[in-house]
Amino acid sequence: MQYITPLTPAFAELFLLGMVCFILVADLFVSDENRVVTYALTQLALAGAFVITYITATGQPEYTFSGMFVDDLLSDVLKMLVYIGVMVMLVYSRPYVALRGMFRGEFFALVLFATLGMMVMISANHLLALYLGLELLSLSLYAMVALQRDSATATEAAMKYFVLGALASGMLLYGMSMLYGATGSLEITRLADTILSLGARDLVLVFALVFIVAGLGFKLGAVPFHMWVPDVYHGAPTAVTLFIGSAPKLAAFAFIMRLLVQGLGAEQLVVEWQQMLIVMAVLSLAIGNITAIAQTNLKRMLAYSTIGHMGFLLLGILSGDLVGYSAGMFYVVVYVLMNLGSFGMIMLLSRSGFEAENLEDFKGLNARDPWYAFIMLLLMFSMAGIPPTVGFYAKFAVLQAVVDAGFVWLAVVAVLFSLIGAFYYLRLVKLMYFDAPADSAPISPRSDVRLLLSANGLAMLVFGILPGPLMALCIHSIRASL
Amino acid sequence: MTFNGIIFYLFSAILLFAGLRVITARNPVHAALFLVLAFFTSAAIWMQLQAEFLAIVLVLVYVGAVMVLFLFVVMMLDINLARLRENFWSYLPVGAFVAIVLVAEMVLVLAGKYGGFAGVPAPPPLPPGYSNTKELGRLVYTEYVYAFEIAAVILLVAIVAAIAITLRRRKETKYQDPARQVSVRREDRMRLVKMRPEKKEQR
Repeated sequence: MQYITPLTPAFAELFLLGMVCFILVADLFVSDENRVVTYALTQLALAGAFVITYITATGQPEYTFSGMFVDDLLSDVLKMLVYIGVMVMLVYSRPYVALRGMFRGEFFALVLFATLGMMVMISANHLLALYLGLELLSLSLYAMVALQRDSATATEAAMKYFVLGALASGMLLYGMSMLYGATGSLEITRLADTILSLGARDLVLVFALVFIVAGLGFKLGAVPFHMWVPDVYHGAPTAVTLFIGSAPKLAAFAFIMRLLVQGLGAEQLVVEWQQMLIVMAVLSLAIGNITAIAQTNLKRMLAYSTIGHMGFLLLGILSGDLVGYSAGMFYVVVYVLMNLGSFGMIMLLSRSGFEAENLEDFKGLNARDPWYAFIMLLLMFSMAGIPPTVGFYAKFAVLQAVVDAGFVWLAVVAVLFSLIGAFYYLRLVKLMYFDAPADSAPISPRSDVRLLLSANGLAMLVFGILPGPLMALCIHSIRASL
Repeated sequence: MTFNGIIFYLFSAILLFAGLRVITARNPVHAALFLVLAFFTSAAIWMQLQAEFLAIVLVLVYVGAVMVLFLFVVMMLDINLARLRENFWSYLPVGAFVAIVLVAEMVLVLAGKYGGFAGVPAPPPLPPGYSNTKELGRLVYTEYVYAFEIAAVILLVAIVAAIAITLRRRKETKYQDPARQVSVRREDRMRLVKMRPEKKEQR
């Protein structure tokens, strides 16, 4: 057997790993005033990885590392989106992090390690690689949540995240070990073939599926495995919350695609996980949207809204066909954009010693700065799914896929809960436009933040009016890779 | 029953006993020592499977390094056992119920096709010159090199995270900086103060 495998498909990963190690060492020689150098190097590493991924993309699935690693169009597109998400997150959080003493080399190193973990997950073709990528991502995230160690809430959040995350990993591993027992293989493509040849419904496989779906539910934050989401979103420093809520969701989508769709996508198993996902999706939509109404803390509210959005993502996946998967992918991309923008706004209004994380802090934003109020309005409209913003189109695409799959009642339920959800998004808009400002501090962000945040908000409108290209990209990459 | 079978059941029984004692022993030091016993017996069972490298590593790494450290920690921490065990019995009914349901489900599922000895045939006997260690090393550095490298990166993350979270430059910590000690001047350490002589108060 040939072991010297071509390394070109994994070139971006190798480059990023090299850069992390370089940044870790180079950071030692940088004084605190010049920490910008580390920041610039980090951005450079991500930009470089973007270019490499773009150049090495061939459009055909390529396997390397004895079949552990796959480089197909889906992975290339998702990886490039991850780089963009992380770069935007770094720009938004730079002033916030600098004011809170977290502007250190370790922060950037952990961000890059987490990015590497996401890339490993996205390109995994082996259960071992999937699991190790997930752990690489999760461990970096746990550490980032705990980075502000003098804050009691951050430490508590990190502890909860760690314990529940470890439990979820355990479940996932248990499920994977049963899969191995039943099929004798860990490689996803070979796993799928074996399951197909097994034919009839197999109890051990179903048992493994239960554990795997439960583990995935934990990682996604879908009800009934959502307990950690509000506490972690609330307790973590906003920059880290932004990070947890953005790029990792893309990796989670890839994880589901690889494991459930590619690995366990045989006819007799799809029926099984469809039922489990239906339960999780309906519960997530219900609890996420209803509980969010009672929140006064914006970060908590967005956490519950995340749970609701994950319900929508599951709806797209459980449709079980290419249209549904593409709709799910479109939804995740849009969700990441919306999430980046809204947490970016929270950080924009925060300043030294003050966190603009309560709903009251957004009161009268229109009187203070009409432009940012407008951006936030676009973001909230998009989250609620009001046309002509892109959130409407994303929900529409998912619902269409659900109806096509024959679950009309599910679509009705989803629309009902989205209506309930619209209430708390619009309440924020009302606070911004019709209430008197409680806070009169001037908003004067750096120019790069201003530019990017404006672009982010306007993207809601642009993609809402012209969703075609992005949707075509999603459909194309899903079709080329499955 | 063959001799191998007797050995297997003997070690398994010791392993189960040790595992049970780990969670029921009152004294945490005893619990840790029972864990050491559990490791030793699992190593023996591995040895029966001709996995001598794994067996030795288990003893060396877990018993030799991890558990010794663990014992140190347990001895240094002042754990209040009475408080930990206060509600032990009140949780028991619920815990036992969940455990029984789980075991029953597992038995129902696994007793079918995959349970029993038929599903898991004994490994074929290995040739005399066969080296377990060499074989593992070959696999780790060829077929599984990707996973192996990612595991290494995870360890690196653990190091970075541990240092980032715990390293704290405290002002009150006293540490020496030879460069500063050498370059110190008299003026830094001593100050001459001119004072007017005080007069004794007249009464």
